[in-house]
Order: sequence, then structure tokens, then C-alpha cells
Amino acid sequence: MTINEGGWRPERPQAERRARAGTHTGNRALMLEEPLTFEIGTPDATGVDFEPANLGPEVRSSVPWEGAVDEVYYEMRELERRAPIGLPGLSEPETVRHYTRLSRQNYAIDLGLFPLGSCTMKHNPRLNEKVARMPGFADIHPLQPVDTVQGAFAVIHRLAEWLLKLTGMHSVAMSPKAGAHGELCGLLAIRSALEARGDARAVILVPESAHGTNPATAAFAGYRVENIPATAAGRVDLEALRARLGPDVAGVMITNPNTCGLFEPDMIEISRAVHEAGGLVYCDGANFNAIVGKVRPGDLGIDAMHINLHKTFSTPHGGGGPGSGPVVFSAALSPYAPLPFVEKQGEQYLLVEEENADEHHASSFGRMVAFHGQMGMFTRALAYMMSHGADGLRQVAEDAVLNANYVLRSLEDVLDAPFGASGPCMHEALFSDKGFAPGLSTLDLAKALIDEGYHPMTMYFPLVVHGAMLVEPTETESKAALDEFIGALRSVAERARAGDETLKAAPVHAPRRRLDETLAARKPVLVYKEPEQAEAAE
Amino acid sequence: MRYLPLSDADRLQMLAVIGASSVDELFADVPAAARLDGRIEGLPDHAGEMAVERELGALARKNVAAGDVPFFLGCGAYRHHIPASVDHLIQRGEFLTSYTPYQPEIAQGTLQVLFEFQTQVARLYGCDVANSSMYDGSTACWEAIGMARRITRRGKAILSSGLHPHYVSVAKTMARFTGDTIEAEPPRFDENTDVARLLDRIDDDTSCVVFQYPDILGRCADMSELAARAHEKGALLIAVVTEPVALGKLKSPGEMGADIVVGEGQSLGVGLQFGGPYVGLFACAEKYVRQMPGRLAGMTLDAEGKRGFVLTLSTREQHIRREKATSNICTSSVLCALAFTMHLTLLGEKGLRQLAELNFDRALYAAERITRVWPRATLLNHTMFNEFTLVLNREARPVVRELANRGILGGVSLGRLYPGEPSLERGLVVAVTETATREDIDTFVAALEEVLA
Repeated sequence: MTINEGGWRPERPQAERRARAGTHTGNRALMLEEPLTFEIGTPDATGVDFEPANLGPEVRSSVPWEGAVDEVYYEMRELERRAPIGLPGLSEPETVRHYTRLSRQNYAIDLGLFPLGSCTMKHNPRLNEKVARMPGFADIHPLQPVDTVQGAFAVIHRLAEWLLKLTGMHSVAMSPKAGAHGELCGLLAIRSALEARGDARAVILVPESAHGTNPATAAFAGYRVENIPATAAGRVDLEALRARLGPDVAGVMITNPNTCGLFEPDMIEISRAVHEAGGLVYCDGANFNAIVGKVRPGDLGIDAMHINLHKTFSTPHGGGGPGSGPVVFSAALSPYAPLPFVEKQGEQYLLVEEENADEHHASSFGRMVAFHGQMGMFTRALAYMMSHGADGLRQVAEDAVLNANYVLRSLEDVLDAPFGASGPCMHEALFSDKGFAPGLSTLDLAKALIDEGYHPMTMYFPLVVHGAMLVEPTETESKAALDEFIGALRSVAERARAGDETLKAAPVHAPRRRLDETLAARKPVLVYKEPEQAEAAE
Repeated sequence: MRYLPLSDADRLQMLAVIGASSVDELFADVPAAARLDGRIEGLPDHAGEMAVERELGALARKNVAAGDVPFFLGCGAYRHHIPASVDHLIQRGEFLTSYTPYQPEIAQGTLQVLFEFQTQVARLYGCDVANSSMYDGSTACWEAIGMARRITRRGKAILSSGLHPHYVSVAKTMARFTGDTIEAEPPRFDENTDVARLLDRIDDDTSCVVFQYPDILGRCADMSELAARAHEKGALLIAVVTEPVALGKLKSPGEMGADIVVGEGQSLGVGLQFGGPYVGLFACAEKYVRQMPGRLAGMTLDAEGKRGFVLTLSTREQHIRREKATSNICTSSVLCALAFTMHLTLLGEKGLRQLAELNFDRALYAAERITRVWPRATLLNHTMFNEFTLVLNREARPVVRELANRGILGGVSLGRLYPGEPSLERGLVVAVTETATREDIDTFVAALEEVLA
């Protein structure tokens, strides 16, 4: 495959675009078109003024140095870049305007309800941003002497305490960078524990409804992945699981509440069965928001679970990260947890890493990441927890579950709820495309929701439901906001049932109409090329 | 509670619609044995903004902030000045509070910035293509080693002794589970990098050679010969760059023949943040793009023929390929990538080159001043960008602590980075960026002179 094989991706002639917009510029009032920096910037423009070197004439790089330093100066000339890099710059006003205009082409929680199932798009409190930017947290180096960063270790330790109390688990590894990295952390601990007892096993069982990261992580950790079937009620089939357990099964990865938005009522029996067969239980904690303060995973027999601080504890998702995925462990897995971690000794906080691990943590499976984890997310999550307190976090789970059930029951007459009959859902409501007129799909409904001013729900996931639509409103939506959303979803669902073909053209009011993903994948254009370069490549 | 909009009256109305008499009924699936009836013990109740700010502010003040003292730490995390507009822009709610751009029609903002990011990273690294970010440099480095295994179908990675020890640790941890062989050893006090040693080690089982540029001791070397030898043996050259500002002055790894270039992007836009969140950069030759981990933004057209951007080539990824994916990564580090791109756009080519020269000048100035402490401190480097290694006349770790007692954060001791390597314990790695003033440097050198006396 060759990138840019088809050359530069031409837009339609500008005149045609203008005609469509009906304006000279192609803009439509506040809907503003914005080129790439590579099309508007120049290599000589800059938005940063540097102070002069200010070190005196003897220390300018145009002037030879003395002795050893002189040698460095000349050695480095050999390694100097000669050709232009090709990085355009913009002045500050142009930069601010460029990125501000682009920002307005994004949907966001700050603009409206963002019901993306499994993603927990809740309000991101601005206090947390303020705290994270305090110089004592934002402007400290990870390798500073430990007695100059005791406040930072105190934050990590305090957050760890909150997580342990909320989950009822034995220890917590703070360093994993995101949910999937946490999954990997949990599975590596499981593998280390099994190997330590001389019982390496080859298989991890994963329910059919699992998020794609679960099987990918298990494979990354060196395991073979096998599916566990679901029951008609959308839960793990306990009998099928029991039948498959055996001396080759290292453990299970179960999401609870699961990706159908349901609590696994057999979780305690599942854990017991896995343990009796010599395996260990990993729980994907992506949906912890539904049960925080109401259920402690430690009471369900779980051995390891990651917690997405960017979901349950509201650190902003930022368009795809950064996240943070601390992993809580049972007593059985704690000895194998990764380095580093923070211990409190009297009034002092101690960093346990490679050098002192032998005394404190000899069985650790090692380091997963440079430095200590996502400090900037720790401060935000801790501010969030302190703001809510133990009482508020319980209310978070209750309101999240209440909001989801309200959506479920308000729409089940127009949208098929495959598990609606089996009882209440947890924090997200699952619908299928059953009842849509032929030719209309979940995608069409989702795109129509964009025109109504909403980000669509999670589509086509979980895979066990046809045309799945997974709606997670979260607890930070008011009843009025939910009612308006329910009205919009009802309207587009009715159009889908009635066979309204105009849905296929949606969205018509977004910054872009439907984008051609096939073209993007068939002839990938992943970097900008100047038009003359692109033409030459054709 | 200020983040929860429902009133008790709302809750009752909603329960009526649902047909439940209480919220607890909604939790009926939770086994009774696991249900908590009251609030969790040992945690405080909710608190107002002022109280939270006061308490966390007190913890923040217990730390010595880099901006308050002469500061010379590097080793994989660098303090640079970030223009005020960068932080303003990434705090716009449309960037801050959006999700991974799965619905491209209403995520063009993030997608277009990621396309700009990919182009900037590819050009800075001298590669054909780049992805839209990884967690950080250390995880990007391991992912590159895994990618080289998939491409070459070989399992032995040879790591330069100049590779950041945390990056080495991550690779060793992961290799234990994947079955890869990692050859690594600690650095030596040598003015030259270990290129010559690596040239001898590459054999027919080697999947890749991993070389850091500039390396952990601040040394720089041309990688062309390494690339040529690796290619001759059917292996790949992976270059690791922990200080992207260096590439405003130095030849890019791609120009020297590196097949995959990865690194840390924290220097631009992100800040120190005690080690995270950071942003992993990942670029490669276009022929390898299908083996690349992570998300990719690509250009396409919409139904009206307007240019737009989407996430593409997702058949490599976990949500499609599941256990056969090139990586398990899902959430990466997009907001930090945005900050990187905004900072680099403000700099532009001219600004980046100026910034790089300013760093080089300050580092040379500091190195030159420190020669007056000779022979109590000897400069190891014959090559450097903004970081160099001093070999002291005594163990460096207590010296760092003593400098901290005098209000100076004076570098990273190799004893901290390489515990159990007595041969390195007299090493002190000093980074000097544009944020260090002449007065800072002079204060540092004077203090070092006293401490080593």
C-alpha cells in the first residue's frame, strides 16, 4: 500500500462550495470554515518572542567557545539540520483564532448531553482544572528529590486511600495511564501470580459482550482468548462458564455492570467458581459509575479491577485522553502489583521503585511506564472525590442509574429494549434497531440525532445486540435536559420506524455532511503535503 | 450538591415514570450480601469549592515548584516555557470536554488538529507518517519494539545503553510476558555513545536496535551507520527522542535512516506535571503503517465534496480486530497532543530553531562555567544539546540533596536512575533549558563549587 497514492485530496472547486453555502466565503454565519496551519502559516512567522540569549557575547553560539566546550560546539555542527523542517508558524492572534474556530466544530459536554454509552461523559468541574494547575502540582519534576515533593506523594496516597475504601480492595497500582493500560496491569499481575505458584495457564475467558480492549489486552499479555456466551437476559451464562473452567483457564475478564448496562447478579458465584478452578477474576471497571458508593467490588470476589478516573471521577476526556487507569488488587494479587508506588511511613511518604523494591515489594512484576502515572489526573480526581464526599458519590451512582432507567422506560414504546423485560438497567439503557423500516439503520438514527443538537449514543456496541444503541446519560443531566433529549430521540425513532428516507441524508446542519470513511481508508492521506509535492507524487 | 441537578421532587416523578417505588429497587440485581446500606466508612462527606481548594492548595505548597528555584532537571522530562494561549485554548470546553472523535461530523475540531499534529510530528522526526499520540514516550517505545517484532518476525531487541532506564524497564517488564528477548546494559562514562558496540551486536535474529538521541547522558551520535547495518541484517532501527526541542537544531532520525521514531512530546505544550499526563509521539515509514499502533486521523471528503477528517485504518485497532489488534490502546493522550500542536504552531519553524539554539547556548554556557569546578566535576560530553553529564569527585545523590537544601534543584543523579550501579554513582545529569537564567546558572555553579569543596 502506498500512502497518498491518489495524490492530494482535491476539494470541489471553491465556486461550487460557495454556491452551496450561498456566501462569498463559504462560511455560514457562525459556522466558519478553517484551513490547515500548513495552508495559512509560513516558516518565518512566529507567535513567540524570545529574550535575547542575554548571556554576554562570549556565550553566543556564533562565537567559538573555549576548551572542552569549544569541542562540543564544533562536534554539534556536524549533526545540524540543513534542510527546512516544514513547520509553519502563526502569530499569537492568528493561532488563537485558528484553534478557537476549529474548537467550534466540536460537540462537547459543555454544549449538551453526551449520551455515549460505556464512556461516562459527565460534567467536568472546573475546580479540578484549577487545582491541577497549581504550580505545586503542575510545575514539579518526577525525579525531584522525594523530600521536595511530599505534597505530591500525599495526593497520590490520599487518592489511593479513597479508591481502596470505595472498592473494598487490598492495594492499588496508580501508574497505569488509561483503562486499557490498567487492564494490562491486572492481567500481568494475574499471570505473575500464577507463574509464581508454578501453574502457568494459557486461556482467558471473556464474555461475548466485552469491550474490544479486553480480548486485545489478554492477547497482549500472552493469553489465548475464548468467549463465554451470554444468556437471553444479557448476562454471563454461569453454567456455560462453569463447564469451561479447568486447569488451562488463568481467569476471566468480566465487565460489571456489563456492556448491556446490566449488573451481573451471579458475580459472587462467578468469582467463587473461577477461584475453585484455580483461576483469578479481572473486572473491567469502566462502568463503576453505576455502583460507586453502593457496591464494593471487593465484596464480589474480584481480584483486580481498573478504574477509569476519566469516567467515574470526571477527569476530562479531552477528545481522546489523557485518561488514567489505577488498578485495585485483592490480597492474592497485591504482591505482584507494578512499580512504583507510594507508602506512608510516619509523616513521610516513601516512593517504592526499583532501588528499594526488594525490601518492600520483591514480587512486583516490574515497571509499566516511566515515572509515577498521571499526576494531573490524580489531582483532578481527588478534588472531585472530596467535592462529592462519601455521601455525594453514593448519590452519583443513584442518580446515574435513575436517569438511565428514566430514559429506558420513556422510550421503550418506540425503541426495542432487548433486555427491558428482565428488570431495571444500571447506568445505561440499551436499545436495538428492531422495528426500524427496511433500509434504515442505527447509523441513520444517530446522524439524525446530530441535527437535533446531540452527540449520538454509542452505536453497534455491544455486538450481541443487533444495531445496538447504548445510551448513558450520567448523573449530571437535569430532568429537563433528559426530557428534551427523550423528545428528540423519540422523534427520530418514529421517523426510523415510519421509513422516513430523509434520515439517510443526515446530518444536514453539522459542520460536515457524512464523511467518506471508505475513501479515507482506501487511499489514506495521513499527513499534509503541499499541493506541488502532492501533484508530483501522482 | 453542586454537580447534581436532580431535586428530590424530580427523583420522585422519575421513579413514578419508571414504575419503581424507590431507587434501591433499581439495584435489585445486586446480591444482598454485596449491597451497602449506608455510606462508606472512613471517608469525609461532601465539601464546598473553597474547602477543597484550601486543602489541596496546602498540599501543593508542600512541594518545591520548579519555577521557584534554579532548576536543572531533565532525563526524560524538560521544563520549557509554555505560551499562555496554549493553556487557554486547551481549556476551551469544546476541546477539553469532547470524546474520542467517533462522530466525525461534529468532531472536526479535534480531528483537524490531530491531522496537523500528525504532520508536525512526521516532519519533525523526518518520517512519512505519524499517529495521533500514545500514552507517553516509554509506552510508545515498547509499542515500537512490538511493531518491529511483527514486521521482522524476530524477537530480539537490542537496546542502546543510552536509552532512558525507565524505558528499558518498561520494555523488560513487557518482554517477560510476550517472550521477546531484550538485550540491554547500563551506560558507561564514555564521551562516545555505544554506536560502535551496537554495530557489532546486530545479527540475523535481531528485530530492532533502539537508540536514544540525544541519549540519557546527553550525548548525540549520527545513526546512519546503525541504520545501514540494521537494514543489512533485516532488522529495523528505532530511534527514541525524549527531548523534541533538540530536533529544532539536530538532524532528524528519519534523515539518518530510522524506520520507526518514537518519543516523548511533553516538552512542547504539556509541562512537567510530575511525570504525567504526557504525550507519546510515534512515526514510521509509510510501508509500515498497517502495523502501527494507535489512532490515525485521515483526510477525506464529505457527501458535498467538502474536505474533512476521520479516524481511519481502524481495522488495526482493538474495537474492530479485538485479540488480533496491533495494540490494546484505546484512550491515548489527545488533549496533550493538541497542546503540543498549538505550542509548535506558535513557535513555527523559526521559533523552534530559535528555541533550540537558546537551549544549546544556555547548556554550553553552563558547561563552560562548570569547567571552573574542575577537577571536582568533570564534563563527560563531547556532544550535547541541552543536557550533559558531570562526573563528580563523590557520590552525586547526596550532592543533589545538599543542593536542594540550598534551594537549588540541581540535576538528576545517576544513583537515582541506576540504583545498584556503583560505577555510575558519581554521575550528575544537568539539563539547561531557556527557562534557566544566567543568574540561575551562576548560582548553581557557585553552590556546586561549595558543596564539592
